[in-house]
Amino acid sequence: MDFFNDELHNDLLEMYRDFAEKSVKPLAAELDKEERFPRETIEQMAEMNMMGIPFPEEYEGAGVDTLSYIQAVEEISKVCASTGVALSAHTSLCAWPIYQFGTEEQKKKYLPDLCSGRKIGAFGLTEPSAGTDAAMQKTQAEDKGDHWLLNGSKCFITNAGEASTYVIFAMTDKSQGNRGISAFIVESDFPGFSVGKHEEKMGIRGSATAELIFQDCIVPKENLLGDLNKGFKIAMMTLDGGRIGIAAQALGIAEGAIDVTVKYVQEREQFGRRISQFQNTQFELAQMRANTEAAKLLVYQAACAKDAGKPYSHLAAMAKLNASRNASDVTRRCLQLYGGYGYTRDYPIERMMRDAKITEIYEGTSEVQMMVISGWMGVK
Amino acid sequence: MNILVCIKQVPDTTEIKIDPVKNTLIRDGVPSILNPFDGYALEAAARLKDKDPDTKIVVITMGPPQANAVLKEALGIAADKAYLLTGRAFGGSDTLATSYIISQAIKKVEETEGKFDAIFCGKQAIDGDTAQVGPEIAEHLGLPQVTYGLVCEKTEDGKGLRVTQEGDDGKPIIEVGFPCLVTFTKPNFDPRYPTIKRKLAANKAQIPVIGDTVEEFPDMDRSRIGLMGSPTHVKRSFVPERKKGGIIISEETVEDSAVKLAALLSDAHII
Repeated sequence: MDFFNDELHNDLLEMYRDFAEKSVKPLAAELDKEERFPRETIEQMAEMNMMGIPFPEEYEGAGVDTLSYIQAVEEISKVCASTGVALSAHTSLCAWPIYQFGTEEQKKKYLPDLCSGRKIGAFGLTEPSAGTDAAMQKTQAEDKGDHWLLNGSKCFITNAGEASTYVIFAMTDKSQGNRGISAFIVESDFPGFSVGKHEEKMGIRGSATAELIFQDCIVPKENLLGDLNKGFKIAMMTLDGGRIGIAAQALGIAEGAIDVTVKYVQEREQFGRRISQFQNTQFELAQMRANTEAAKLLVYQAACAKDAGKPYSHLAAMAKLNASRNASDVTRRCLQLYGGYGYTRDYPIERMMRDAKITEIYEGTSEVQMMVISGWMGVK
Repeated sequence: MNILVCIKQVPDTTEIKIDPVKNTLIRDGVPSILNPFDGYALEAAARLKDKDPDTKIVVITMGPPQANAVLKEALGIAADKAYLLTGRAFGGSDTLATSYIISQAIKKVEETEGKFDAIFCGKQAIDGDTAQVGPEIAEHLGLPQVTYGLVCEKTEDGKGLRVTQEGDDGKPIIEVGFPCLVTFTKPNFDPRYPTIKRKLAANKAQIPVIGDTVEEFPDMDRSRIGLMGSPTHVKRSFVPERKKGGIIISEETVEDSAVKLAALLSDAHII
């Protein structure tokens, strides 16, 4: 697909861009400073059908595709990475696994609320001692005949407390390790569910990140998502898609950083010249732009492969590895071009630099991406 | 309710430059947008529809075929149906001729869409800035008009609108009976965004085209359209010299401001 010349995608892209500029950008600094979740923005996105972009209209989705969805994450992340990840986690990590692995009853029950944005979604896999080593799950789900009983906790959960619908992973057969994990759909008002400590973070401070606690949490029998003990595979497949969203977020951060820096270097004068007239500035920005364009192709390629129903796990890993590394690199170099002013909160570049780092960590660290890629290459 | 919103595609004047030699607008590479004031008119219609979902919103624009873009944009935001009014014979029309053509087209559209209770326009277009077309359409159609509307609501009896107007000394509230014409200025809220679903539908929508032929408009007075029907003649256009500096005197009271101004003028030996 010629994704740069597709009328529909470009048309929607313009709409996302306009929305990001007018409604998301003005809030970015405040959200960061006050560690405030952008509820009002989510409501606006809901009205615009942006909370279910890749899902069919029968579930109240917009009926577009992954490419358009990641373009929305990209455009929003250009101006506010916190808002970008709220959309990404909701869409990729909660609505998608329900759409992909849910029964028709589960889809009918949960997707319309999620896709319309009436409810926000989240995903809970990580635990204090089960990060990259996700198989070390301690959260347990016990079969109580007519319901499941969940006990344990999850940490670093994006959209925690803001979300009403959670896809949660828990051990259903401890002796089986990876093959003893199952997925569940948990609603925030199920008895025994609570939200714990909110994390204070270096970046994406407008994103809600907190602990989830399950204390004899009663989950109805029919809320098992997918087959019993097949949860690990669901988690891994979900993260494959989530990575395209995070890669798009990283891509957006880099593009946003370049945008503001290009403007700044044309205004700032030193030695009687605009700093854009120095070749160091020109070469730095040229290189950043070229690398960012390369990241963009990888991100769009992964999204298009997913839309085409082709294998995309390795493509998503490559996209995230490159785009996230590039985001950190670009924001750091842009801040250098700003000089001292860039280090102050009067300019957005220091926020962008802080926001960029997380993209190398969550939904699989860069090292995990390399494990996925080398595994796909057969280098074992 | 049946509402018609008249819209125009304009160059984005925030991006525009003027050719210093020819004194004309450099239109090359300047993006075209929906005239913002027309966007406020569309928003006013959309708000009436929010309250009364049975409301139908029709949009019309006169312009070259590429003006279809603003019709699609309006469909993506709130319009239910769109009409493009286009033809060579319409070219070169000034505001008087344009408003005459549009008023004729409105009568034609009403044959299909039914009588319009209200016709909404932006107070002016940001390219010509005349603020004449809306009021002239009302005159051609013999409709009562309210200009500079900010917000409006249906009156309790459902037979008209209550329009809050932007006035020089406050905000008069004016009631007007159907059918009527209202022009809108910038309210203190932003118009809504398009939605993805509406945009997808708009992209697929077939937009009826009304041409300039005698078959389309058997009763149109041909001497009143195009260059022929346009009494406006541009005598000269120029870029006004940019005034530099200036000071703003804004003291606590008008009296204090006057005293300060007098002192400044006196110091400068002007008075």
